[in-house]
Amino acid sequence: MFAQPDRAGFLPLAQLPALVARLMALGYQCLGPVVEQGAVVMRALESPDDLPRGLQAEQAPGHYRLTSDPHKRYFAWANGPQAIKPLTFAPQESLWRVERDDAGGLQFAAVTPPVARQAIIGVRACDLAALALQDAHFLREGRRDPHYAQRREQLFLVAVQCAVPAATCFCASTGDGPTPTAGYDLALAELADGFVAAAGSDRGEAVLNALNLAPATAQQIEAARQQGQSAAAAQTRSLPSRNLRDSLMNQLEHPRWDDVAARCLACGNCTAVCPTCFCHAEADAPALDGATSRHERIWDSCFVEGHGHLHGFNVRPDIRTRYRQWLTHKLATWHDQFGRSGCVGCGRCIAWCPVGIDLTEEVAALTAGGPP
Amino acid sequence: MNAPTEHPRKPRVAVHKFSSCDGCQLAFLNLGEDLLTLAGRIDLVHFAEAGPLDPDTGVDVAFVEGSVSTQEDLERIEHIRAHSSVLIAIGACATSGGIQGLRNQANGTEWVAQIYSHPEAIASLARSTPISSHVKVDFELWGCPVSGPQMLAVVNALLLGVAPRDNADKVCTECKRQGYPCVMVSRGIACMGPVTRAGCGALCPSLGRDCYGCYGPAENANTDALAAQFASLGLTPEAAVRRFQSINSQAPVFRAAADKLRTGSHD
Repeated sequence: MFAQPDRAGFLPLAQLPALVARLMALGYQCLGPVVEQGAVVMRALESPDDLPRGLQAEQAPGHYRLTSDPHKRYFAWANGPQAIKPLTFAPQESLWRVERDDAGGLQFAAVTPPVARQAIIGVRACDLAALALQDAHFLREGRRDPHYAQRREQLFLVAVQCAVPAATCFCASTGDGPTPTAGYDLALAELADGFVAAAGSDRGEAVLNALNLAPATAQQIEAARQQGQSAAAAQTRSLPSRNLRDSLMNQLEHPRWDDVAARCLACGNCTAVCPTCFCHAEADAPALDGATSRHERIWDSCFVEGHGHLHGFNVRPDIRTRYRQWLTHKLATWHDQFGRSGCVGCGRCIAWCPVGIDLTEEVAALTAGGPP
Repeated sequence: MNAPTEHPRKPRVAVHKFSSCDGCQLAFLNLGEDLLTLAGRIDLVHFAEAGPLDPDTGVDVAFVEGSVSTQEDLERIEHIRAHSSVLIAIGACATSGGIQGLRNQANGTEWVAQIYSHPEAIASLARSTPISSHVKVDFELWGCPVSGPQMLAVVNALLLGVAPRDNADKVCTECKRQGYPCVMVSRGIACMGPVTRAGCGALCPSLGRDCYGCYGPAENANTDALAAQFASLGLTPEAAVRRFQSINSQAPVFRAAADKLRTGSHD
């Protein structure tokens, strides 16, 4: 967000609601951080003044607690269990319907849900990196997913630089944060008295212009840059390399898989909170009158039985093979598919694992000995 | 069964009650408008709670609620099996023995003597057992109680002539699709969701509380790992035993988890 420092503006703290109000005036439903069941989730804001201040999220393996930020910042909460994924890749939706016509034939029709224009305020660099990976999957040449595309196109993304990473964060080691570098409409870096604000798209530029901001000073930009560097330096977790393809694929029979399988619940929470996981299942839901049926898509997970089910047998009958599938796809075979790792270092799979399995720790154990 | 338009007659359906609270039958009665649609497609020959009384006629599909808990139950389930093409056990009592299965590991005679002024009037078997312990069951719908949408999906599948779809995935899968933050992680409370079958739509977590396992064990339920996490969250072994020993205490996976906790053989 510091690529063109001469074009960055400065948004005083008191004017943050004006930014939200501007987006609302443009017809966007604005989603921002809201506390629900003890966690920060992205929900619709009712008014421009609804953004909470002073929230912080203490995170550790299997642990997430909201605490308060002594500096009363708007975006000191690192991240919550979800950010963009459920808004673009819907957890459950109908893809098409079929109905029996008078002649007894079947008529198929696409189900295209109404899409609201949505702005998300407070997405992180890791979320943007993950979104780029979801785009690579759902918008790939020749296999463009119309449902995803429709929701994706109308999104307006207000990113924020992470000044306070959680103990579970490791985006610096994956190269995806903590300062947003691409994929946003607007990016903010929160300082004591306001935000350095940079546009990343034409519509972001238009919103910024409408706010009539003073240019950010060189000192403000430098403070924001340093804040990003400190946040990166404060991260305590990391992956040993950005390409673990061979080091993991050479360890498919490592005893550590048995060890992690003994601890893993195979609940699939890691895959649900992972912002890059895209697996889904499809099923038909016939209406009770027998005249119509809907074809539905739901989030799936490599930790459930059906994911490994082939005709007559299951290729991943136990937790060991399911965990191994998850980790080796995410960090190893993803390179073959998308040219990079599927992990953006958000740490959600660590915090939101009910038994606190730490991906960075598992990788360290699996790759410690080098090639067998 | 054929498609509805070609069906020579409406399939005959019976709903039977064994040792139970009637809550699963209510899943039928609470279907509202869907019940009227359903009534047009099936011939409900026996459903005491709703009116029709004819337990002896042969049927295409028999839904059986409740566990086998008395001598009379033992005889009746044989009769029903012999007169039904498809038999579907519904609810925790019919699939695992239910809450009353708690007596299986206690001295039932002693309990009866303590509670009833005329214990000789109570004629129950020593153990409460699921329907599948006695006759062949074609499909099981777990839950306490089962949900209306689950029941509808089963009936609909049978009407369409396909096997009902089993969902033995964990409650967590439904919980995360609904976007509920995990209560174990955000509030440190002991949730049974990671070892429990889906089907309820993550009802308890939707209200900010922990799942108590009323849908029975999910496939690949790692009860050892969950018990270890319960201990980390501060549950005593006795409290952890109670998490596994409630609605579905006799489901083999939950029973084994509780036995292991009792003997202290967890790491």
